[in-house]
Amino acid sequence: MPKIIIDGKDFEVEENLSIIQACEISGVEIPRFCYHEKLSVAGNCRMCLVDIEDARGMSPKPVASCAMQVSDGLKIHTKTQRVKKAREGVMEFLLINHPLDCPICDQGGECDLQDQSVAYGVGGSRYEQNKRSVENKDMGPFIKTEMNRCIHCTRCVRFSTEVSGSDEIGAIGRGRDMEITTYLDVAVKSELSGNVIDLCPVGALTSKPYAFSARPWELKQTESIDIMDAVGSNIRIDTKGNKVMRVLPRNNDEINEEWISDKTRFFWDGLSLQRIDKPYLRTDGKLRQISWEKALDVASDKFLNTKPEKIASIIGDLASIESIYALKKLMESIKSPNTECRQDGSKISGDRERWLFNSKLSGIDESDGCLLIGTNPKIEASIINSRLIRKSKENNYSIGLLGRKVDLNYDYKFLGDDPAIIYDLIDGKSSFSKNLLKMNKPLMIIGQGALRGNKGEDYLNLCIELAHKYNFLKDEWNGFNVLHTAASRPGAMEIGFLPGEKGKNLDQIIKSYKTGDISTLFLLGADEIDLSEKNDCFIIYQGHHGDKGANIADLILPSPSFNEQNGLFINTEGRVQESIRATFPLGEAKEDWEIISLISKTMGLSNIFKSFEELRSSLFYDYPNLSDLDFCLSSKKFPKKLNSKDIKDHIFTDSLNNFWLSNSITRSSKLMCERNNISKKLEQAID
Amino acid sequence: MTIKRLDINQPETFSFSKKDNELIDKIIKNYPKDRKQSAVVPSLYIAQKRAGGWLPEKAISKVAEILEMPKMRVLEIATFYSMFNLKPTGDHFIQVCGTTPCWLRGSDKIKKACVELVGKEGEVSSESISWLEVECLGACVNAPAVQVNEDYYEDLNYENMIDLINNIKKKKAIKVGSQIGRVSSEPINTGKQNA
Repeated sequence: MPKIIIDGKDFEVEENLSIIQACEISGVEIPRFCYHEKLSVAGNCRMCLVDIEDARGMSPKPVASCAMQVSDGLKIHTKTQRVKKAREGVMEFLLINHPLDCPICDQGGECDLQDQSVAYGVGGSRYEQNKRSVENKDMGPFIKTEMNRCIHCTRCVRFSTEVSGSDEIGAIGRGRDMEITTYLDVAVKSELSGNVIDLCPVGALTSKPYAFSARPWELKQTESIDIMDAVGSNIRIDTKGNKVMRVLPRNNDEINEEWISDKTRFFWDGLSLQRIDKPYLRTDGKLRQISWEKALDVASDKFLNTKPEKIASIIGDLASIESIYALKKLMESIKSPNTECRQDGSKISGDRERWLFNSKLSGIDESDGCLLIGTNPKIEASIINSRLIRKSKENNYSIGLLGRKVDLNYDYKFLGDDPAIIYDLIDGKSSFSKNLLKMNKPLMIIGQGALRGNKGEDYLNLCIELAHKYNFLKDEWNGFNVLHTAASRPGAMEIGFLPGEKGKNLDQIIKSYKTGDISTLFLLGADEIDLSEKNDCFIIYQGHHGDKGANIADLILPSPSFNEQNGLFINTEGRVQESIRATFPLGEAKEDWEIISLISKTMGLSNIFKSFEELRSSLFYDYPNLSDLDFCLSSKKFPKKLNSKDIKDHIFTDSLNNFWLSNSITRSSKLMCERNNISKKLEQAID
Repeated sequence: MTIKRLDINQPETFSFSKKDNELIDKIIKNYPKDRKQSAVVPSLYIAQKRAGGWLPEKAISKVAEILEMPKMRVLEIATFYSMFNLKPTGDHFIQVCGTTPCWLRGSDKIKKACVELVGKEGEVSSESISWLEVECLGACVNAPAVQVNEDYYEDLNYENMIDLINNIKKKKAIKVGSQIGRVSSEPINTGKQNA
């Protein structure tokens, strides 16, 4: 470990660090614009200049600390007169062509250029000539551009190459005429494009939906998690009053690093549209407002007067563990076996290791090859795909896809979209078998689209068999991964909200709902199931958006969305995280657990949770693992090999039909609809 | 130097000839298999020749397709180097060197001659001649110099530049190289030259 001296103080740092990293770890601040720890080093802003001194004496000129490695005995000076002057000079050059329109700039208050010019710049300007002007570019509905402000740090360009893998943003021209743009000025297509807004150190790329709506110091910040997909990205929800103004990523190297998908970043306008704020009951074919007492009476009446096997309940994609737990308790006490959490029809089941992302997201970085089965990680989990993009750029990292052919922003070997090809892989007859044999730490990522239909469970077993055949399960390495798309699913699986003895699964519930074998159906925010054929079944929908579920419901119970109540979620790798309330529920909405508790109370049941804390402690008593926040539920075991039946007629389906409109919140969002239309247009243009 | 943008009037199609493709394949073979992109500058140059002295958008995307590169990366290169033209040029394309040695030796007058006989910089005249000020042509010893299509014309002054353009207009053959009879870049006062 090299010993270095920074400003006269001794430090010992790790090897292979750049000076800027070593200083950051040692607590010495170095200003920077182009350097970003998650991107490659460009060294073009020159703001991070420092003086270095080694055995040969002082460096003849200041060096860029982002592009210089530490070595043993290196003396770093960050406070010399020369460094101060160099920084002032760089700052002055950067400001030559910067418009200084801070009062009308959305970056104001959280602008690197603003902060650093105060801290490291000179007080006044010597520049009297005209500034250059640059045309603004159209980068789609999310990114607002004000290209006069651009200081050409190229962070956005490096991001689009290295992280989103789409190579859409580039710098044309050179020198004074350099401009950041997209090819032919078209909208950015990447699912991660919004991150360039955070990356931009100035106000050149800002958020279009958030434009001119608030200043950062007016916002209340709540650290929460995202439930738009099952990755569980860490987010910060910024609110003003009771309104969500924007969503930003929080750094968590284990999960989302510094990125979030565009769906997570921009879903929030859907939170104030199409909301259910009062209980409704369908009378004479029309939904009419009713009081809570009446609503609870109707619900409890239905539960009490229907045979338990004729009651079914389905969990939606956005439900928290607490609400699922409360509903499970209710269903247990009325002895209804028809409980289902897999509303997309996938057939995952059994122990944890059979349906978790066992290698963890950080395991992707360790792996040396990857096999994707029936999945499109680009839209199912953009964050995971960006890790794969990074790996795909490494030498000898091969990726194979068995499933529908899709564009993933990297090259892969397409093995076909017939599920039976898995037999070739197991027998070693496939062209990809050779690659698999060479891998010591291979990954297998199975999408929900591969596990639907009658043969879904058999197919899961076949995948496990394949995993045992190669090095997927070896010593300390568990590369058997199931990728979830619904935030609630792993939590519900952990709680075991699955069909009980003689209970019906999703397909059977839908079938018997049509025949009348199910006469009371409880939907906890379940909007993605096809129940269009209306009949005599009484449907209770508990949720927050007037979407498909509410459309067919006979009784609607308003509940808050995830940002309006606390709740636990387990992400696809098994990490328990808490979503924190950022705003208050709308209208008469009651929290999910409370509604279920009140129904139990009205029914006269004995075990009722009186408070959220009581529910939590009961939950933690039953499932002690869940109290370890931010840790992964792990399973030391490997998934067991089970015999599988013939998988004839099994087909791969799309795990997610539409990235932008995947849940009730995004379907209500104008922005998501706009973005979806752009995607559609682009697809048509390609056809 | 002015901002380089794709031209507003774009041709509908662009395609390489068989010979061009062979040449590009040959260039690609100079590099390792997974480093096809290394051939981007020569490929663009071939494309520019094929399209008549400038690069339409179709040519840029064609090169990107052949070299399996993102289009954006190829556009970056096409806009970076001043030898790639994104606007149409004349059949006779005069590149006037305006860098320091040529400038000291009177390139301003050469430009004046161009303005008078050809027209505004970057615009194609009715005789299909256009001119552009470019960076150093590397002919500093024989400054000032211009390049017309593939050939260099050196040791220019206002008068012989006028002659040069008039000869181009009359489609007369012009002696390539020094316009004052100098051989290569020999000292100017050896007595051999006829000026």
